[in-house]
Amino acid sequence: MWKWFHQLASPPHFYRISLILAPWLGISGLILVAYGTWQGLFVVPMDYQQGDAFRIIYVHVPSAYLSMMAYMIMATSGAIGLIWRIKLSHAVAAAAAPIGAGFTFLALCTGSIWGRPMWGTWWEWGDPRMMSELILLFLYFGYMALRSSIDDTTKADKASAVLALVGIVNVVIVHFSVEWWSSLHQGQTVFKKGTMDADMRIPLFIMLIGFTLLFGSMLLRRIRTEVLYRERRTRWVREMILSPGGGA
Amino acid sequence: MNQTISNEGQRDIPGMFAGLAATTKRDLLLAWKRPGDVLNPLFFFAMVCTLFPLAVGPSAEQLEFSGPGVLWVAALLATLLSLNALFISDFEDGSLDQFLVSPQPLPMLVLGKTLAHWLTSGLPLVFVSPILAITYRMPLSVVGVMMLTLALGTISLSLLGSIGAALTVGLHRGTALLSLLILPLAMPIMILGANAVSLAATNDIYSTGIWALGAYAIASLSLAPYATAAALRISNE
Repeated sequence: MWKWFHQLASPPHFYRISLILAPWLGISGLILVAYGTWQGLFVVPMDYQQGDAFRIIYVHVPSAYLSMMAYMIMATSGAIGLIWRIKLSHAVAAAAAPIGAGFTFLALCTGSIWGRPMWGTWWEWGDPRMMSELILLFLYFGYMALRSSIDDTTKADKASAVLALVGIVNVVIVHFSVEWWSSLHQGQTVFKKGTMDADMRIPLFIMLIGFTLLFGSMLLRRIRTEVLYRERRTRWVREMILSPGGGA
Repeated sequence: MNQTISNEGQRDIPGMFAGLAATTKRDLLLAWKRPGDVLNPLFFFAMVCTLFPLAVGPSAEQLEFSGPGVLWVAALLATLLSLNALFISDFEDGSLDQFLVSPQPLPMLVLGKTLAHWLTSGLPLVFVSPILAITYRMPLSVVGVMMLTLALGTISLSLLGSIGAALTVGLHRGTALLSLLILPLAMPIMILGANAVSLAATNDIYSTGIWALGAYAIASLSLAPYATAAALRISNE
């Protein structure tokens, strides 16, 4: 029963599956994001308090969610690689880091753009979520810097997995300490948000699913490149590249 | 593992606390022979604290207001500076390989090294900080709180930093990389410490920060040596 699952850990098998899966995830993600964007920009009514500015949440919330999701994927697959010595899961961790950093940056940018009309400032040091997100971005930078400064791939995999695990314990502490800190410094600019109306909520869900699918497609493509690079000396890669069609 | 060793062999191996004590003693002795390694971070600490009034201005209110934060940032940077050397000399002269192959549990040896690091970097900082705090016009009652937060905070910094030092040992671009790895992780310690001192300065309840720092120190005492040991094994494969 678990055969298909175990087979997934084999690089050539995974490569073939991801070849089929990545375009489907990408296309369905694009369709959902396009629909959600159209809904969010043109169909959903204006917020009675925030006006049109609130529409940025349709990009902001999915990217903030994926920024944390990517870190979780990076840390758990690093742990799996450390414990069960599955080479593929280290490739997953390596592939997830830059995408996660990208979404973190996007979340920070969209948050900042939203903050300008709402709070009157591009950057609010007192907001705990902005601070946690910024620290998350630094954690990604540290992770990628460590990875790139160790030449030996196996060593880089293990060392960065340890770092990601230490980081995930710390992310929780960072979150609470920043929250405690900001509650001391100033009253946060709170917008009493009632429950969101269904008209606004449904496009947000569509965007969340669409972003996740796009993320999955991106992740699969990056893992494939990682796998090809890591397995470049193996027979299956050579055979696949020499075969008609080139395996692309 | 020990059961499989014959009684004869077992008697030769000292207990793990003896191993911890021996490592601590060795590192303290090394620090005593090379006092520069201990003093340089302290001078660095004092100089960073001198830079701020020069840059921001010497007005009394400003110094009182920014004192706790400046002292904590300076302490964080000074600890970071001394962390670089934690495993370097052992790596270069081969002692680290001896640690790895020794029958002692590696986390205990690592804990011994980290303890020695705290005794030669964190503790001196705690005792130097009052002099600088007074120049920042900090009242004496607050100075005590600051020393307590620094003592608790630097324990966690040493332990957390040892993970980073173990991950980067033997890498060419170690210094900048170590800061990049450790600073985001060390932020909560600084937030808790500096704010507890600020709260004490304004006569608010500051015990939350102290308890949290204590909890952080206990958690890192029990977890960090394992992460450091794992990182050392990876770095020295």
